[in-house]
Amino acid sequence: MAPAIATKKKVSKKQSNAKPPKKAMKKNSKVLTPKHDSSASESESEEEILQQQQLEHKDELLGDSDVDLGSESELSSDGEGDDPLVDDFLQGTDDEAEEKGSASNSGSDLGEDSDDDDIEKKSRIIDEKRKKEEEDAEAEMQLNIKEESDEFRLPTQEELEEENLRPPDLSNLQRRIKEIVRVLSNFKALKQEGSTRKDYVEQLKKDICSYYGYNEFLIGALVEMFPAVELMELIEAFEKPRPICLRTNTLKTRRRDLADVLINRGVNLDPLSKWSKVGLVVYDSQVPIGATPEYMAGFYMLQSASSFLPVMALAPQEKERVVDMAAAPGGKTTYVAALMKNTGIVFANEMKVPRLKSLTANLHRMGVSNTIVCNYDGRELPKVLGVNAVDRVLLDAPCSGTGVISKDESVKTSKSLEDMQKCAHLQKELILAAIDMVDANSKSGGYIVYSTCSIMVAENEAVIDYALKRRDVKLVPCGLDFGRPGFIRFREQRFHPSLEKTRRFYPHVHNMDGFFVAKLKKMSSRKPGEKQSEPSEKVEEESKLEKEESEEEKPSNEVRENGKESSESQSKKTKKRKFPSKPVNGVKENGKETSESGPIKRQKRKYPSKQEISNAREEKRRAMRENKKKGPKKQSQK
Amino acid sequence: MRPLDEKETTAVFEKLFKFVGNNLKNIVENPSHEGPDPNPGRYCFRLHKNKIYYASESLVKRATNVARPNLVSLGTCIGKYTHGGNFHLTVQALNLLAANAKHKVWLKPQSEMSFLYGNHVLKSALGRITENIAPGDGVVVFSMADVPLGFGVAAKSTQDCRKLDPNGIVVLHQADVGEYLRMEDEL
Repeated sequence: MAPAIATKKKVSKKQSNAKPPKKAMKKNSKVLTPKHDSSASESESEEEILQQQQLEHKDELLGDSDVDLGSESELSSDGEGDDPLVDDFLQGTDDEAEEKGSASNSGSDLGEDSDDDDIEKKSRIIDEKRKKEEEDAEAEMQLNIKEESDEFRLPTQEELEEENLRPPDLSNLQRRIKEIVRVLSNFKALKQEGSTRKDYVEQLKKDICSYYGYNEFLIGALVEMFPAVELMELIEAFEKPRPICLRTNTLKTRRRDLADVLINRGVNLDPLSKWSKVGLVVYDSQVPIGATPEYMAGFYMLQSASSFLPVMALAPQEKERVVDMAAAPGGKTTYVAALMKNTGIVFANEMKVPRLKSLTANLHRMGVSNTIVCNYDGRELPKVLGVNAVDRVLLDAPCSGTGVISKDESVKTSKSLEDMQKCAHLQKELILAAIDMVDANSKSGGYIVYSTCSIMVAENEAVIDYALKRRDVKLVPCGLDFGRPGFIRFREQRFHPSLEKTRRFYPHVHNMDGFFVAKLKKMSSRKPGEKQSEPSEKVEEESKLEKEESEEEKPSNEVRENGKESSESQSKKTKKRKFPSKPVNGVKENGKETSESGPIKRQKRKYPSKQEISNAREEKRRAMRENKKKGPKKQSQK
Repeated sequence: MRPLDEKETTAVFEKLFKFVGNNLKNIVENPSHEGPDPNPGRYCFRLHKNKIYYASESLVKRATNVARPNLVSLGTCIGKYTHGGNFHLTVQALNLLAANAKHKVWLKPQSEMSFLYGNHVLKSALGRITENIAPGDGVVVFSMADVPLGFGVAAKSTQDCRKLDPNGIVVLHQADVGEYLRMEDEL
């Protein structure tokens, strides 16, 4: 009895689970009916039929997954199980009753046996059901997961167009940016099939442009410099302002005394860091920090922390001659004068007239008396002040300002490639002028500090590399060890290895404005350009001689080419003769190539130049002989 | 840039004398520590674009390299000539004056800001005052912490100040450090 009840209960459970069990049972019924046909004991088969039919009937009656109906069936089935005889009489349908009656009459023993078989089948059915449930559940889980990761797929062209029509959805952009950064950080595992890294990066750029308000050029440049996670940190750091710092004017007071006075006024401040003895950082203030009587009396200067760095690197000594080529508004100049204790002499130069007023005002306010302020273009300064005339130069070059975006948001949208190139060009000219002004034989000096408030490689490392090639200078350590070393290589560019002595500062790492500092020492006043002039003259001499030779050989070239090109092409010919390994395509092309590679090759050719001299002499003699031959011919032609 | 001629020199020295009295000698003959030369020269006055500059000789020598339209400032500017040809001392001379001042006045902390806005010094603002001030003397104004705030002309003698009612003017304002913020363009 109990097993019967159990199976019937299971049956009800099965019924509550609808289709698969139905199918299973139907299958079973299909399986069993042939058995039924061939079975020996009628009673067993009848029982089976009965029970299956019962089940089927119940399924039909009850429909799918109704707990109440299931419970009813339970009751009815329980009833049946308890008193088969009684229930048979009480059963509704005639057919079933007859069948049940006949089945029940056959005896409970046979019923038990058939019940066992049924039980096995039912348990199988139940197991199958459970398996299917589990599979379904897993399948759903899988579906859910897939949906989530499919949610992060790159938007298609159509979706992008739709987005462009709607007003920008900031939360969506923010989410997408985060997702792309996550994917990029673990690209192999998380990428969508069929899309390249480039697609993700492009989408990231566009999203950052629209969310944070950058223009494409600037974002492209930043993406090239930083990995995705650091890029986000940098951009977030640019959104927030850096803390206000001030520098104590050591000509008038000490940091401790100043801090006491300001704290009394209600300013909440702290010493800046361990690398500075004069810096203070202001957290908040009850009085306007730029208008206290102490400020007006020149006890301190409001300056960003990054502006301390180039002057610390410069380290001017007392009684030196120092030039500040781009001095306004005067924070660094006053710091220089304070470090020199008002001895020596400082030339503060500023090109823009409106900024001169603030420069002079700051100088007077801070009590600086050893300064001459002049208004020149920095490139003209060597002519005014003299070449080899000063001990140290500070060049805080005018730049694109990409490091101070937190102060000036317009930089995000206003800088383009042309701006960068113009800035870089100007900076290169200025640094050469700065180097020319310095006296290489100065007893205590001979240093140039170049700094910018920009993080672009074109304005920083590229300019220093240019200076290293064009003048006899070398990089020395700045003394600012807490910065990041500059790039030695960047994309396709390769810089001099000593560039790792330069320092870069970032807002998200050092909590200062983006900054770059480099310290150069001038070794001598020679310019590699001057060295070039000697071999180039020799080349020209040779080439002039060779010209006469070649006049015979290739008169057409002479007509087309002008002096320099022809000389270079002929110098290329001489190179051809001496260094046959060099491939030669066409005379004109080579001429142009040599004009660019000329300087480098000429430097190398210094040593073989003696050979060239002897060759040149031989050719001279040849030329002389030919001239003699020509002479009478030409006269005859004329 | 040129050295001062007779008339200009007398004008400048007169004004300075009001403030520093006999210390004028100090000002003129002080050995300077500026300039990279091992021998410090002395200070001298130069006129450039209607402004008078006080600078050491080595500075002046090197400033001759700079062309006239391009030179902006040299050492310390102490005053300027007005259109009418009068000489006025400006606030940038404060450091020099404060170091050598004969007559001083100290202000109470609450009244500092009032003076820094350009108002005259009232009796109620006075903390301390040096003796023997005559009306018309130059007076340098300090805060109680000995921070120089500006200068002016005494309106009353020290004796009269004591008898004065609290709203009476003691020092007529001429220049103060607040001008660095208020009147940066006019300096």
